[in-house]
Amino acid sequence: MKKLLLTGLLGLATLTAQAADAPANVALTASGSTFVKPVMDKWAETYSMVDPSVKINYSGGGSGTGQKDVLNGVVDFAGSDGPMTDEQLKTAKTKILHLPVVAGAVVIIYNVPGVSTLKFDGPTIANIFLGKITKWNDPAIASQNPGVKLPDTDISTVHRSDGSGTTYIFTDYLAHISADWKKDVGTKTSVEWPVGVGQQGSAGVSAQVQKTAGGIGYVELIYAKNNKISYADIKNADGKYITASLEAVSKALSTATIPEDFRFSFVNAPGEESYPISGVTWLLVPQDSKDSAKGKKLVAFLNWVFLDPKAQQMAKDLNYAAIDPSVVKRIMAAIETIKN
Amino acid sequence: MITASNPSLPATAADLPEPKRWGDRLFKTITFLSAAMVGVGFLLVAYVLIQGAWPAIKLYGWSFLSNTHWNPVTDNYGALPFIVGTLVTSLIALLIAVPLSVGTAIFLTDLAPLWMRQPLTSVIEMLAAVPSVIWGLWGLFVLMPWLHDVPYTWLNKHFSFIPLFAGPIEGSGACILTAGIIVAIMILPIVTSVSREILRSVPDLQREAAYGLGATRWEVTRIAVLSYARRGLMGAAVLGLGRALGETMAVTMVVGNSPKIHASLLQPGWTLASVIANQFGEASGEIQRSVLYEIGLVLVGVTILVNIGALILIKSIETPGSRRT
Amino acid sequence: MSVLAVFCALLVVLPLILVFFYLLKMGFSSLNLNFFTKVPTAAGENGGGMANAIVGTLELMGLALIMGVPLGLLGGIFLSEHGSERTNGWIRFGADVLNGVPSIVWGMACYTLVVVPMGGYSAFAGGLALSFIMVPLVLRTTEEVLVLVPHAYREAGLALGIPHWKITVNIVLRTAFKGIVTGVLLGLGRVAGETAPILFTALGSTSWNHSLKEPIAALPIQIYYYAISPFEDQNRQAWAGALVLIVIVFLLSTSVRMISNRRKRA
Repeated sequence: MKKLLLTGLLGLATLTAQAADAPANVALTASGSTFVKPVMDKWAETYSMVDPSVKINYSGGGSGTGQKDVLNGVVDFAGSDGPMTDEQLKTAKTKILHLPVVAGAVVIIYNVPGVSTLKFDGPTIANIFLGKITKWNDPAIASQNPGVKLPDTDISTVHRSDGSGTTYIFTDYLAHISADWKKDVGTKTSVEWPVGVGQQGSAGVSAQVQKTAGGIGYVELIYAKNNKISYADIKNADGKYITASLEAVSKALSTATIPEDFRFSFVNAPGEESYPISGVTWLLVPQDSKDSAKGKKLVAFLNWVFLDPKAQQMAKDLNYAAIDPSVVKRIMAAIETIKN
Repeated sequence: MITASNPSLPATAADLPEPKRWGDRLFKTITFLSAAMVGVGFLLVAYVLIQGAWPAIKLYGWSFLSNTHWNPVTDNYGALPFIVGTLVTSLIALLIAVPLSVGTAIFLTDLAPLWMRQPLTSVIEMLAAVPSVIWGLWGLFVLMPWLHDVPYTWLNKHFSFIPLFAGPIEGSGACILTAGIIVAIMILPIVTSVSREILRSVPDLQREAAYGLGATRWEVTRIAVLSYARRGLMGAAVLGLGRALGETMAVTMVVGNSPKIHASLLQPGWTLASVIANQFGEASGEIQRSVLYEIGLVLVGVTILVNIGALILIKSIETPGSRRT
Repeated sequence: MSVLAVFCALLVVLPLILVFFYLLKMGFSSLNLNFFTKVPTAAGENGGGMANAIVGTLELMGLALIMGVPLGLLGGIFLSEHGSERTNGWIRFGADVLNGVPSIVWGMACYTLVVVPMGGYSAFAGGLALSFIMVPLVLRTTEEVLVLVPHAYREAGLALGIPHWKITVNIVLRTAFKGIVTGVLLGLGRVAGETAPILFTALGSTSWNHSLKEPIAALPIQIYYYAISPFEDQNRQAWAGALVLIVIVFLLSTSVRMISNRRKRA
């Protein structure tokens, strides 16, 4: 009896909470990359206080879903870790703008008993994931890590089995620094891995690596930081070993050549302090908005995201690297072209 | 059941005179249309899948079914590893779940004390409400490590002469056998509940007759109840099989996600349903998405074939409780 | 032999107990008043909840019930009471095949057939996808239990001159009522935990839903995103959400059973 009463009271509380919430005048829907979901949620929540007449709902679903949804016109904008291809853009009813919004890094996590710091260069990582280097005490690894006692254990590689923007950035990097990788495997959100085990999501990959002695895998920097997983230093194009961090990503970003349509890659970027395995996430925005009211609110939101220092700080607090101000100027010019 | 010994009386309800009253006709039409919805549903699924898969079908033809690669970069795709994975995991799930479910159903209908029956039933129904995602995560964090450390190592040590358990065990425990076990857990509630309903509907007369002939308790259950309900129980198993073939989220977290076919159950694999879930959200490029639709089509094809097989099996078993009007 | 049966029952219940305690251990700390009254907050902030997801799940279950159960019920009646052996064989076969279609395919189908033409994700599309899952399940379980109603009941009705359809509704259905309710509850239980189909149709949401044409939050989606998120607070909320989901279905099935039992006694 008491349980029933308690349930009833809780149910009443929930319903009252719903009734008390007034519908907004404009609701914007978005889908896409799960990588940016934390910061999109934060921005949406804060912006609803800046402009209470707008409600922004960013769901995840993956970059592929976001791209598909924007092409089908079922969302107002989308987030994507990889740029859309020319073929895809040809099928679009209206021009789709790619607006780089945040940048992030992919880090290499490992589980080698007794080892707490490791250094790799690009070709070594490629050979590990190609299956050419199979033991932890291989001379290629040992020569980069003098003084570290590497055991004679087998290397167990772990990769993402689900399609993912993280895989895209990682394989993009490997294709840039290893001709073998480019020829045999290639770059995509999901590839045919020569060796290793696939796990679902960064959660799966990190759980697997942490459970397997001799394991090595790749996850987003945010994930590693939030779950306090140690990751390796990577040698960049200038020959320096860099520990992944927001600053290192921003430095890499600042050296990138960004074309007019904003579709670019900056893995293995030059610069002494650049982190080589970095990528950017875009907001895909249709140039012609279906609905004039929605279009205006969307433009206002985008202006706030890119220009308001509070918004930029929120991204930093959540461990995302911000876009360079010079690029932001160009982005603002692109936003101006949105017709509504 | 009235039979041909009295030909003037109808033998079955189908022999009854055609319904002449409009109430009957209306009712028959409404129910027919509802049943026909199954056909509509089927057509819808077929339409969406074929339309989505068409580019891939044109590109690969039949070789899609025998190809064992999965390379999104070179657009070289094959469905065979997934077909094998789906069939093997579903078979394992059935082998584990059906005996357990029928045993539990027997317990619930014949052996359990009355006060226990309703709560136990509700508990089993709660099993059905655990979302697939949670089974996957629990499987990943709790079941899989335990399975790897205890049963798999033991099996691998003592039984590796059987190819099913041979070879190095996959480091984390993510393999076909784990997926089969998780799916078994997931179909337990449906097979148990339906089996229980079937067993409950067996008329008491059957049991009493067997007792009257001097059968022991187990003989009563085996002869009077189980054989009477055999066809219904098979129907329950088929329902469970249906769920097993299509199980997605839980499988994808524990099956190892490797597009290779291994003889050993202790090696990772992949299933048709879980590869769709894994790749659909991030599928970039028309061919990759189209291939996933084709995998969906293959899954429906596999389901049809498996159901035909089950049908043939069931039809060969004719029991008194299975006569239909 | 009875020992074996008891053993089976124990093994069946064991995973549920293990999962339940695991969820309790991991998620209990997140079960506070906020959880039941607030919508999700952004990552890294405390005080958020899954209130909109709880209500959303109930709404979607209601939609699936309204759209799916009558069809499945009537279809099952047709298979058991009318029709010829041949047509019925086909329909039964079709239903079994549809039961095996992974729920994700229903999501894909509804995306193409409803979401794109409507121009957006919606609660309606989500409910529709779920009802597609329910129909073949309810249809088959209804048929299985109706068939087991002894013919003597039907013949008694005929002997009394009752029209065929009244026999079906008042005698056959009433006898098999509990079995049918089991089938419906099984379907609801399954549908409550489905993630993939509503991902493609209802999308999920971070706020309250106000119309059938808008996206709607649901517990399975929220659980999924929170479980794979890099933030520990959200992970804990995912486990708590799973607990709430199980309890909702449990409450639903016990209350429906209580009502149907009371009916029988009257």
